Amino acid sequence: MISMIILISILTVISFVLDKKKTLKGIKKGIMMFVKIIPTLLSVIILVSIVLYFTTNDILIKYLGNEAGIEAYVFAAIIGAVSIIPGFISYPLAGILVNTGVSYSVISVFITTLKMVGILTIPLEAKFFGYKISLLRNGLAFIGALIVGAVMALIFKNSII
Amino acid sequence: MKINRKKYFVDFTIIIAFVIFIAYSFLSGYNPGISILKDNFWVFLKEMILALPVMFILVGLFDVWVSKEKVQKYIGKTSGIKGILLVILLAFMQAGPMYAAFPVAYILWKKGTSSTNIFIYLSSASIAKIPMVTFEIGFLGLKFSLLRILISIPVFIAISFIMGKYFNKNKCKINDV
Repeated sequence: MISMIILISILTVISFVLDKKKTLKGIKKGIMMFVKIIPTLLSVIILVSIVLYFTTNDILIKYLGNEAGIEAYVFAAIIGAVSIIPGFISYPLAGILVNTGVSYSVISVFITTLKMVGILTIPLEAKFFGYKISLLRNGLAFIGALIVGAVMALIFKNSII
Repeated sequence: MKINRKKYFVDFTIIIAFVIFIAYSFLSGYNPGISILKDNFWVFLKEMILALPVMFILVGLFDVWVSKEKVQKYIGKTSGIKGILLVILLAFMQAGPMYAAFPVAYILWKKGTSSTNIFIYLSSASIAKIPMVTFEIGFLGLKFSLLRILISIPVFIAISFIMGKYFNKNKCKINDV
C-alpha cells in the first residue's frame, strides 16, 4: 500500500510539472468522487466491524476444522463471503488455521470468497454497478470459489466428504 | 456541495446509530462496543483513509491524461487475448482492498474498456495483487499460492465472460458513484 501511495505521489508530481491545469482538474475530479462515496463507505465499515467482532478465531477453527467434511467448505465460503478481512490479518489467520488442521482446500475457498465475495460491500458495489450486476457478480464468485476449492481438494487429495 | 438526503438515508441512519452505540459503550464501559471501535472499526478506517483517496486521485489523473482511443485500442471490445493479458497484468499491480478497484473499474469503462475486461480486472485484482502474494507465500507456502492463483484465473475469466455477456445484453452501465 505504501509503495502505491509513493508511486501515485510521484505520478501526481510529474503530471503537475507537465500540465498544472489538467492535473488540478484530475485531482478535483477524484476527490469529488471520494467525497460522494464517504457515507456509504462509513456505513459499510461499521457493518464489517460489527460482523468481524463476532467472527473470532475460535469460531473459525470450530467450523472449518478437519473433521467437518463438506460443511467445512460451505462454512468457509459463507464466512469468507460475509467478512472482509484485510490481507495482513487474513493470511496470518489462514496460517493459524492450517496449523490447527484445517485443510488447504478449505483455506482456498475461505481466501477466495474473502476477496471476491463481499456481501457487506454490496451497497458500495451497487453505487457503481447497480444491484443486479453486483448480486450476480457476488453469486457467481461464490460458486467460482467453491470450484477453486474442489480442484484444490483433488490436487491436495483432501477428502471433500 | 448539495447532499442528496434520500440517497444517503440508510447510510446516515447506520452512522448515527453507531455513534450513539459507541458513545453509550464508552459511558457505561460496555466492552464489546469499545472493542468493535478500537480493534475493528479503527483498523478499517485507517486502511480506507490510506487506500482510497490516492486511488481516486489516480482515477482523476487517468481521466484527464489517457485518451479514449488508446484505452479502446488496447483493452476495448476488439482487443482479444492481448487485452485480457494486459488487464490481468494491470490488476496484479494494484494494491488495496477490492472496493478500491471499483472507481478504477468505472474510469476504465468510461474510457472504453470492454465489459468482460472490466470484470476480469476486478477478479484479477482480488486473485493476486503482487504485494499481497509475497505475504501469502510467507504464511501458506509457494505451492499453495501458485496453485490457488493458477486455478482461480481460468475459473474467474469464465465468470467474467458470463458477466460481460449479461452486462451488454441488459445494456448496464457503471456510474460515477
